[in-house]
Amino acid sequence: MNIRVIALMIGAVAGVPVVLILYSFIIEKLVEKLNPGLQKKLRPWFWIIPAFSLLAVFLIYPVINTVILSFKNADSTEFIGIKNYLYVFTNSTMLIALRNNLLWLVIFTLFTVTLGLLIAVLTDRVKYESVAKAFVFMPMAISFVAAGVIWKFMYEYRPKGAPQIGTLNAILTTTLPGFEPKAWLFDPAINNFALIAVGIWIWTGFCMVILSAGLKGIPDSVIEAAKIDGAGEWRIFWRITIPLMKSTITVVATTMVINVLKIFDIVYVMTNGNLNTEVIANRMYKEMFSFRDFGRASAIATVLLIAITPMMLINIKRFGQRR
Amino acid sequence: MRWRTRNYTKIQNEKSAEEKISVKDFSPKSNMNKVNRSALLIKLLRRGPLHFAILVICGLWFLPTFGLLVSSFRPPDLVMSTGWWKSFKTPFAFTLDNYLHVLTTGNMARSFFNSLMIAIPSTVMPIMIAAFAAYAFSWMKFPGRDVLFLMLIGLLVVPIQMTLIPVLRIFNRLHLTGTFLGIWLAHTAYGLPFAVYLLRNFIGELPGSIFESAFLDGANHFDIFFRLVLPTSMPAISSLATFQFLWVWNDLLVALIYLGGTPRVAPMTVTISNLVNSYGGGWELLTSAAFISMILPIILFFSLQKYLVRGILTGSIKG
Repeated sequence: MNIRVIALMIGAVAGVPVVLILYSFIIEKLVEKLNPGLQKKLRPWFWIIPAFSLLAVFLIYPVINTVILSFKNADSTEFIGIKNYLYVFTNSTMLIALRNNLLWLVIFTLFTVTLGLLIAVLTDRVKYESVAKAFVFMPMAISFVAAGVIWKFMYEYRPKGAPQIGTLNAILTTTLPGFEPKAWLFDPAINNFALIAVGIWIWTGFCMVILSAGLKGIPDSVIEAAKIDGAGEWRIFWRITIPLMKSTITVVATTMVINVLKIFDIVYVMTNGNLNTEVIANRMYKEMFSFRDFGRASAIATVLLIAITPMMLINIKRFGQRR
Repeated sequence: MRWRTRNYTKIQNEKSAEEKISVKDFSPKSNMNKVNRSALLIKLLRRGPLHFAILVICGLWFLPTFGLLVSSFRPPDLVMSTGWWKSFKTPFAFTLDNYLHVLTTGNMARSFFNSLMIAIPSTVMPIMIAAFAAYAFSWMKFPGRDVLFLMLIGLLVVPIQMTLIPVLRIFNRLHLTGTFLGIWLAHTAYGLPFAVYLLRNFIGELPGSIFESAFLDGANHFDIFFRLVLPTSMPAISSLATFQFLWVWNDLLVALIYLGGTPRVAPMTVTISNLVNSYGGGWELLTSAAFISMILPIILFFSLQKYLVRGILTGSIKG
């Protein structure tokens, strides 16, 4: 890499906004030449065309195309009916992937939302709230790849007797007498839970932030009134806090469900789906790149979309209602 | 329309609400001025478990990252033979060699540069393009406006996996695979639904009167957009920029697919995931490589946390 390449690249980086500013300047000059009636009609389209042409090429057309490809063979040369979908729901690895996604869905969603709420409620009562919350929120800023490395190191396993360099095994072998070090990522009985724990570590902060804002949104007067009526902390939490935060909790849980269905990076980096840890998104990547079967990969993606569709409808419906 | 104002003011008032609540919590229900030692002790005993629980939680969330950081400064033979917590015993043995090694031979310096090259335009482009669209959506009337916007809401959750194969085929035909331009466009498109959604919420709330007076002064839409809309939308744009930058910087899947794994253009996430697969046990290199990739996000996180939180809140109270 020489200086010229760097200069060229920096030029490109700076050029992007310049191109966009020029675009809007030129179209506005052109539109101004038209008669006022036509101006009013055409102008909006010029302002939304850049966005919608990109969306059309990168999202709308591909979604339709992928659905069609899912009914075709590996290199998309002929239609083969629902064979790819039969594969998705009968192949043993795919069944493991579907099972694991379900496992992720239940455990991940339950723990991120519950822990997020718990931490929001606890930190709400102390002076150093923002500092404490920053600790939990921080993993959201780093990549899943980095988080994968961090936790692979946490889970590092050495045979019994050797000094453990993985934090988890070290803590457990020293504090619990007779504890046998575990190969967290290799033992099929626990490796899925080990991966899900990483996901929880990353996403709890996200839930906490939203739930904490929801908590602050509850008017003080309501809580005060309950206290005057003699309600204890516990009762207030279950009878007032939770019901009032129901819609916030729903939003958070929906977001987590959408996330968890698409989970990819953690599995790709930490186990690559081996030893019964496969998930749908990682399987789709493998079908696409390792096996070059675009039909099956498309079918897997379509199943993913169908699983997410209810969440999409909830989103649209809620938007329509509130407007 | 009104609910949006409410949400935004709620978020902006979050801080004052926080203060209110903590004040309430910390002045024990009655006679604050008569606090004596035993009352303080009782308070400490009662609140002790609370502080302890929070301490444990913070520890749980901090320890993994801290272990990685410490290990990245330890000599390879020690990383592989003893736990990182042992390094606090004398004699201290810390070194910068791992970082030097990873930066000079491990392709990490190049990847860091690539990550920047990918993330900066992929942040600027969607924000500007989305702001154009958001401006039209909020202040111009056209047939199909509401339908298009609902479609956008639907696109918010479409899994990227649905788009990979067709887009990759288009890229192969246009020779965009393995180029920065290709990945800029892809990230821009993927970021657009959220960006338009968030900016429309904000731009739609600007008071209409400022536009009217600007038009009366003879300003055209170009002037109004760049002199009025963009500057006043800065709070929303800052949130969005923080978000999009972190999202692109931390992305693995999109880079993996459209850049085809060529080391010349690979961002750090791709390079590190290759390191994980090939080295297996080279912990001293993995830890330092991972930490290099985390430096920028962590700095951004601590300096722009406010915008990040605001972005999450507006995004999640969607609709």
